[in-house]
Amino acid sequence: MTKKQIFINSLYHENAVWRQILGICSALAVTNQLMNSLVMGLGVVFTLAFSCFTISLLRNYIPARIRMMVQVLIIASYVIIVDLFLKAFLPDISKALGPYVGLIITNCIIMGRAEAFAMKNTPLNSAIDGIGAGLGYAFVLLIIAFFRELFGFGTFFGFQILGHWWTKWSIMVMAPSAFFMLALLMWFVYNVQMKNKKD
Amino acid sequence: MELNVFILFMAAIFTSNILLTNFLGMCSYLSVSRQIESSLGLGFAVFFVMTCTTALNYVVYYFVLVPLDIVYLQYIIFIIVIAAFVQLIEMVIERLSPVLYYSLGIFLPLITVNCAILGVSLFMVIRNYSFIQSVTFGAGSGIGWLLAILALAGIRQKVNDTFVPAGLRGAGLSLIITGIMALGFIGFSGIAVIQ
Repeated sequence: MTKKQIFINSLYHENAVWRQILGICSALAVTNQLMNSLVMGLGVVFTLAFSCFTISLLRNYIPARIRMMVQVLIIASYVIIVDLFLKAFLPDISKALGPYVGLIITNCIIMGRAEAFAMKNTPLNSAIDGIGAGLGYAFVLLIIAFFRELFGFGTFFGFQILGHWWTKWSIMVMAPSAFFMLALLMWFVYNVQMKNKKD
Repeated sequence: MELNVFILFMAAIFTSNILLTNFLGMCSYLSVSRQIESSLGLGFAVFFVMTCTTALNYVVYYFVLVPLDIVYLQYIIFIIVIAAFVQLIEMVIERLSPVLYYSLGIFLPLITVNCAILGVSLFMVIRNYSFIQSVTFGAGSGIGWLLAILALAGIRQKVNDTFVPAGLRGAGLSLIITGIMALGFIGFSGIAVIQ
């Protein structure tokens, strides 16, 4: 596969969220505001890219029996960097995201890419694969957050778009709507992908 | 923070259910919920590990990390504690009860990467719970998670025979069921709410 194919594949065809059903926890939790989703998405892209790169770099030196442990520790180190960065420069968002930044460690997308791709491929390709998977994840987050914030608060990145005539759908801010939105998105994407296959 | 332990316990199970309102532990929730038996096994394992690791992490956080002033290492330390505990339990169960090992054993490695376990420890720190409160919160969240996966497994077994649009089969349908369950659990809000 060329580098471009690797990127497109992990971004769209094998998208972690709708294809492999990974990393859903945080995808649901932070999507009631676009800004939170954007920051979370970028955090995951950063962690994925660098941890895939590092793991791939070390892949010949990691003993097979304790590889999970080593992978988790590498991922955790990058997550700490993200967490400290947010605390220092974006304290409000860091507070709003709460424990979910730390939970990037257990985001199965990263473990999944590390296991499935980085352990077998060169560092550069692994980093590209990681960026693709991370952007795919961020993309899903932003779509869901767009609808939840628009209908729930009537805003777009905090700017009021829908006027006073708009009745806010408080359900969109609450937990159940996250499940419904993700399910609808999956339904839509599966139908598109099935149709493409037929053509 | 003054918070009645009983209210905290109820809130952790119902109104602030770790899965339905905090979205934690979704991956294994969606993938293991095909059958009631396996859901029950995983649910009990999560409940047990969650209660114990919350207690352990509380001790480690307040008696090691805070005195040494290395709180920023909490993610790494917590995940090591959880992984080590799971590994230890796996070995103990394998030695003492092979029957339990074969029913529970396959789920134990899954638990290390179950974000609900790490999530409960992180919530405990953010919300400044005392030791008793932390353990109660851990146990309540574990029961809440068990309840949610059991309910989903039961519903999925019934839904298997009905007509479902092709694009919605599998995860999509599970998510919609979970959404409706979350709506139902909001009905418990009168009991107590924890932030």
